[in-house]
Amino acid sequence: MLEATDLWKSYGETAAVAGISLRVEPGQIVGLLGPNGAGKTTTVSMITGLTAPDRGSVHIDGMALGETANEAKRRLGLVPQEIALYEELGAGANLRLMGALYGIEGSLLDERVDAVLALVGLTDRAGDKPAKFSGGMKRRLNIACALVHDPDVLLLDEPTVGVDPQSRNAIFENLESLRDRGKALVYTTHYMEEAERLCDYIVIVDHGKVVASDTRENLLKLGTAPAVPKGPSLESVFLQLTGSALRDGR
Amino acid sequence: MKALLALVRTDLRLYFSNRRALVISLVAPILIAGFFGATLGGNPGKRPARIPIAVVDLDKSEVTKAIVASMRKDDNFDLRDFELAPAVEQVRAGKIRAAVVLPKGFGEEAPRALFRPNAAKPEIEIHVDPSQAVTMALVKGLLAQHVMEEVARSAFGGGAIGMKFLADAKAAIEKSAELAPETKKDLAELLDRVERLRSRQSSGEASGGTGFSLKMPFQTKEREVTSGDRKYNPYAHSFAGMGVQFILFSGIDLGVAVLLMRRMGLWKRLRAAPVSRRLLLGSRVLSGMIVATAMMLGIYAAGIAIFGVRVDGSWPGLLLVIAAFGFLTSSFGLLIASVGRTPEATRGIAILATLLLVMLGGAWVPTFIFPEWLQSATLFVPTRWAVDGLEAMTWRGQGLETALPAVAAMLTFSVAFTAIAVACFRWEE
Repeated sequence: MLEATDLWKSYGETAAVAGISLRVEPGQIVGLLGPNGAGKTTTVSMITGLTAPDRGSVHIDGMALGETANEAKRRLGLVPQEIALYEELGAGANLRLMGALYGIEGSLLDERVDAVLALVGLTDRAGDKPAKFSGGMKRRLNIACALVHDPDVLLLDEPTVGVDPQSRNAIFENLESLRDRGKALVYTTHYMEEAERLCDYIVIVDHGKVVASDTRENLLKLGTAPAVPKGPSLESVFLQLTGSALRDGR
Repeated sequence: MKALLALVRTDLRLYFSNRRALVISLVAPILIAGFFGATLGGNPGKRPARIPIAVVDLDKSEVTKAIVASMRKDDNFDLRDFELAPAVEQVRAGKIRAAVVLPKGFGEEAPRALFRPNAAKPEIEIHVDPSQAVTMALVKGLLAQHVMEEVARSAFGGGAIGMKFLADAKAAIEKSAELAPETKKDLAELLDRVERLRSRQSSGEASGGTGFSLKMPFQTKEREVTSGDRKYNPYAHSFAGMGVQFILFSGIDLGVAVLLMRRMGLWKRLRAAPVSRRLLLGSRVLSGMIVATAMMLGIYAAGIAIFGVRVDGSWPGLLLVIAAFGFLTSSFGLLIASVGRTPEATRGIAILATLLLVMLGGAWVPTFIFPEWLQSATLFVPTRWAVDGLEAMTWRGQGLETALPAVAAMLTFSVAFTAIAVACFRWEE
């Protein structure tokens, strides 16, 4: 479904990403974890075509991803870390615009808008502007905007920052429902418990490289090793692999 | 194409749905253009404001009283009565533009100085507001007219002053060692003839005839060179200038909006969609152009409906100039977006750049008052073409062919701005 192979990206002398590879199958949620400055955002940017890799390639359903309009991009949905909405446009109008950018129109667009509003629980707020929404509602609409064109692959860059537990739980249920419908999801987060709950497969990156890449269960097994004294949790494994020193993002 | 239309429609919807901002964007240029138009002469046909001045008559002679009376009748002056010290204080306070002081003895000395080159000339002091250089020239010119007329009337008129002037002048010429005998003879004859003239005038006045006096030997008649016989409307210039200024400000908003979209992650979202970079930037240019054109049309509609601005030239020419300026504005906005870093810093620099463009383009004051080298240099300022084009199509009453060079120049600048913007645009966050 999504295959990123040997991605490299440098900014000046600094290598932000140095040979990261990633594969996501349909019906799978892959967690992309790493401390600040590890290279997660650059990796996501390359996977979504926002940044051209210095080396390596990204394929979606066997089609190479480019920076401009192409079929591979049409199969991809991005949920940015920021709440990327037109605050003064109604929720429905935001979704219609996003759908139109992906070539959806007419009754199909109406259906898709209704479907994603229902999925994120905002059907009765379709005409309201996001400026009037709570943080959790905005986050849900942010996700809906990436789903309106029914992508095969969804990339979520820390989609739950600043939301209350109820909204977070609702978002998790949405994502699990998407996985159940055969979508491929890449999920980046700083919250280990989120990754532990959602992700089937986890890639931990640090200093631009993959330091661990395995199923959730296999990674958690590392928690029983003597080197991980706090016991079997993803957080303890993560700290063991990336160290406990403070990081400043690049 | 559908994606382009969706983006443009969204931009327009966002712009025109913010009614408060829309009203301010329209009202501000109309109000300021109205103010500038009023200060530049107001409604066509109305008299310009009279110049407030004071005349301090220290002589109180027949001549000086006649000068004051003559100036009081002059529509150019708003004559105020003050003693010397308060008059100077009024000038200092900016309440009046000048204080003219007619010195003691003026009524006697001025006629005497008319024919005697070596006679001491009385000195009229003018206390003037230094910030009003143009007023000073006007006051001096008008004062010369009134003084000459009244002094000549006194010298050649039939009163006691005239008689004394002639007697004194003849005696002085007779005694003069500097004048050649032939000159003395000619001058004596001239004064004799003047005396005879005065005698006839006195008897003529007594019998109701017309008296003699020196007058300005010409009159002026102003013919404003506008389109046809219509009066020049200063609002036509102020609406061109302020329209250009405020529409360019909307170009800044367009550029800053892109930077805000970048900050909010919206730009990232749009870029992740399967649309080309050309389409993304093109949609911004197109929506910006539509907004700028619509706003300029709105501003001119108010100028025409409320302030009597007339399109005496070509309507198609005016629409072309406005559309070209709309393109110029949106490409300017895109340029701002491409070179700017943060919205806050960019807005400040962009406002400065806009004000410079507007100032050099002749939006505040007409370019003909610029130094010659600057008039030539401003041909490389795009706003100059906009203001000139708008004025040509309104009060100058020029045809479509006059609009085309302005349109071509603005399109050239727009294409250049767009090319630079695309080349410099930072696509990566």
